[in-house]
Amino acid sequence: MVSMPVLVLEDIDKSFGGLKAVSGFNMSIDQGEIVGLIGPNGAGKTTVFNMISGIYKPTAGKISFLEEDITGKSPYVVCQKGIARTFQNIRLFRENTVIDNVMTIFHPRVGYNLADAVFRTPRFKRREEEITSQAMELLVALGLEDRAYDKAMNLPYGAQRRLEIARALAGRPKLLLLDEPAAGMNPAEVVKMVELIKYVKDKFSLTVLLIEHQMGMVMKLCERLVVLDFGQIIAAGLPAEIRSNPVVLEAYLGKGAAV
Amino acid sequence: MENLADQIINGLQLGLMYALIALGYTMVYGVVKLINFAHGDVFMVGAFVGYFGFTQWGMSVPLAVLTAMVVCSALGVIIERIAYRPLRYAPKIAALISALGVSLFLEFFSSLKFVFGPNYRVVQRPFEEVHWNVLGLNITNIQVIVFVTVLIMLALLQFLIYRTKVGMAMRTVSVDHNAARLMGVNVDNTISMTFAIGSAFAAAGGVLYAIAYPQIHPFMGIMPGLKAFTAAVLGGIGIIPGAVLGAIIMGQVETLTSAFLSSQLRDAIAFFILILVLLVRPTGILGRNEPDKV
Amino acid sequence: MPDKNRKKFIIVLIATIAVYAVIRVLEGTEIINPYWQRVLDQALIMTMGALGLSIIYGFTGQFSLGHAAFFGLGAYSAGLFAKLYNSDHSMFLFIVSLLIGAAVAGLLALLIGLPILRLRSDYLGIATLGFGIIVKVGMDNSNKLISALGGATGMSGTPQIANFDWLFIFLILIVLFVRNFVYSSYGRACTAVREDEIAADVLGINTTKIKVMAFVLGCALAGMAGGMYAHRYPFLHPSSFDFLKSFDFLLVVVLGGLGSITGTVVTAIAWVFLLEVLRFVLGETFIDFRGVIYALILIVAIIMRPQGIFSGKEVGFLVPKPFDTLVGRKDGVNAGSGS
Repeated sequence: MVSMPVLVLEDIDKSFGGLKAVSGFNMSIDQGEIVGLIGPNGAGKTTVFNMISGIYKPTAGKISFLEEDITGKSPYVVCQKGIARTFQNIRLFRENTVIDNVMTIFHPRVGYNLADAVFRTPRFKRREEEITSQAMELLVALGLEDRAYDKAMNLPYGAQRRLEIARALAGRPKLLLLDEPAAGMNPAEVVKMVELIKYVKDKFSLTVLLIEHQMGMVMKLCERLVVLDFGQIIAAGLPAEIRSNPVVLEAYLGKGAAV
Repeated sequence: MENLADQIINGLQLGLMYALIALGYTMVYGVVKLINFAHGDVFMVGAFVGYFGFTQWGMSVPLAVLTAMVVCSALGVIIERIAYRPLRYAPKIAALISALGVSLFLEFFSSLKFVFGPNYRVVQRPFEEVHWNVLGLNITNIQVIVFVTVLIMLALLQFLIYRTKVGMAMRTVSVDHNAARLMGVNVDNTISMTFAIGSAFAAAGGVLYAIAYPQIHPFMGIMPGLKAFTAAVLGGIGIIPGAVLGAIIMGQVETLTSAFLSSQLRDAIAFFILILVLLVRPTGILGRNEPDKV
Repeated sequence: MPDKNRKKFIIVLIATIAVYAVIRVLEGTEIINPYWQRVLDQALIMTMGALGLSIIYGFTGQFSLGHAAFFGLGAYSAGLFAKLYNSDHSMFLFIVSLLIGAAVAGLLALLIGLPILRLRSDYLGIATLGFGIIVKVGMDNSNKLISALGGATGMSGTPQIANFDWLFIFLILIVLFVRNFVYSSYGRACTAVREDEIAADVLGINTTKIKVMAFVLGCALAGMAGGMYAHRYPFLHPSSFDFLKSFDFLLVVVLGGLGSITGTVVTAIAWVFLLEVLRFVLGETFIDFRGVIYALILIVAIIMRPQGIFSGKEVGFLVPKPFDTLVGRKDGVNAGSGS
């Protein structure tokens, strides 16, 4: 296996006021891996995501993506470099159509300018056609093509989660961050979501970092896990090791559970 | 130097009156997140009621103030009931437009001949203005009345909000309507109460304003209302000490600009400072800049 | 599909010419007298300015309470240019002056927008309101800098060139401009910012750039509308451009329904006519009630339709057909729903 680190986080700290949300966080993800970031509620998982995607600036430490320092870069710059994400509490462009949600993300490489749009030049038409087909391909890949022209807010919950993934893929990411993609889903839907993530990962040759609470899903999907509690890594390793790690059990279930 | 000190006192007088109006804006914003554009016009109605009280209905000044406060409380509650409550869970902008409508309604309705009439009225003060010279400062009895009244009212409000059940309910509702409801708070009544208290304060401000700057008319509420709202934003909207702080700053800026620079530039400078403050502190001086929940 | 688009285009073209012809005929037979013609022209100017705010607030979600300031900046700068250099009513210089109006408003929008568009919702509203008041104070004192601007006494002397024909043509062009902007990648980015600024940012949209762009374009449209105003109404006065006028633009855009070109156009025209019709209906005895009734209509309208009249909906010809795709497209997929 060629192991080239896609994402490296070194000694990351983040505090809000006096509160330390994340401290001494180190992680490295290789090309093509699916890594799970788990931990109890409030452990700081989403904060890590927010730092990677540029919403928060780390108080200390360095984040590199494909050997380039991206610490403190604006979110849109980070995304244009190849990191896209989904949100724990779905954040679609609710009033817009499903296909518009996806097409919007092509904007940085739209390939025409304002004058082309206003005068509807041949270049505008050609690019719009291409973008429409590419967006439609993504919708097909995620099984949303029938709802392309519905408002995003009118999709059922599971479809909204899939649309979030389609939208993230429209950014042509190399690294995809998924924040609880199966939250609120029933077991059957979770199974489908696992399949979908595997499929998408292969089809678009992605590296995936995933936050999830559904242990079943994490165990099935992830090659490696990092466990966070109170802002610090308490364990890291293969799913099978983590499952029986007493420290992890204690963090999740409280003292004495490991016995 | 003495002139500067005098102007600072004048500015304080203006600022404290703005504070009475700003409190209503900030309290209402706190509980329903609405810029109540009609608030300046409630202030105007208060000024008229007080004026009629001590000129035509033979009331003493304190009684006139009290009457104005009662009338405007009722007005505030009715406005909320009719124009804002139906829109409480509609997009925020809808209630704002409704507030604009109410503001225009109060202005034009008051201008009708059988209501207050469209003209300026000169207010006959119920007492003579007396100038005192204290330690070289020029102080008037009107300023003393304004200071004392506003300080008493601020103390009263502080007590109301932090020491009574109503105040606790208001603080709860300002955090989350649904959570407040689940905790057994009567949200509708609390919001009505907030409008009542805010409007009463504006009314008191209106009567004091009419005595201090003795000329009233149906459109008199627009500018003070706007300034007071700006003051509330400057201090950090939704935060009560912020409203007072913002109002005092606003009063000083205006008075000092008029006195030493140019009265024509007064409003421009006041709003220029507002924009500058917002650029440095996007949620006002005392506002908390919470990171977005993602 | 292109055939369908062409057919639609021809229908719309014919309809537009028909509307124009009907108005001109009514004008010729004096069913529309000069008084109502003035009202109609004012409605068209209001529509142009309101479309600018529609881009800023309706489509991009940036709350502005200072729109009239940009309208006024356009009126004064275009008016001044024409007053000084276009006394012989050259059509070319007329268009130049309109562009100057748009450019001045747009440039100021850029300067003020870059810093303040970082602010959110109500804070942005109050900052733009403050900017509007500063501009108004500037207009009141403008004669101290350039005496021809007249300051608080107002300015006259702009050649009165903008007749109904010009207004009609420009309005059509502006509607097309807004539609083509909205239904493009730029428009999608704008609505994305409106719907969820953080998500748009995280997914690669330079939100600052989009917000500033929408603000500048919207304000430039207001400036152009102002330029038209200066060429249609001989007397410019700072009080015509104060914050109450900004509220007029706002309520048109909101009552029309956010994110709807149709709504803005229809409501702007209806609102201007409503005011005049009220004057007409009430007669001299009840004219004092005009403001009261106006206010009541506003309150009742917004309570009955809090989403606005055409929220997110457009009449068909304002929505370009989406491009046909080779994949996944099935017959019967409805393409009509607007942003």
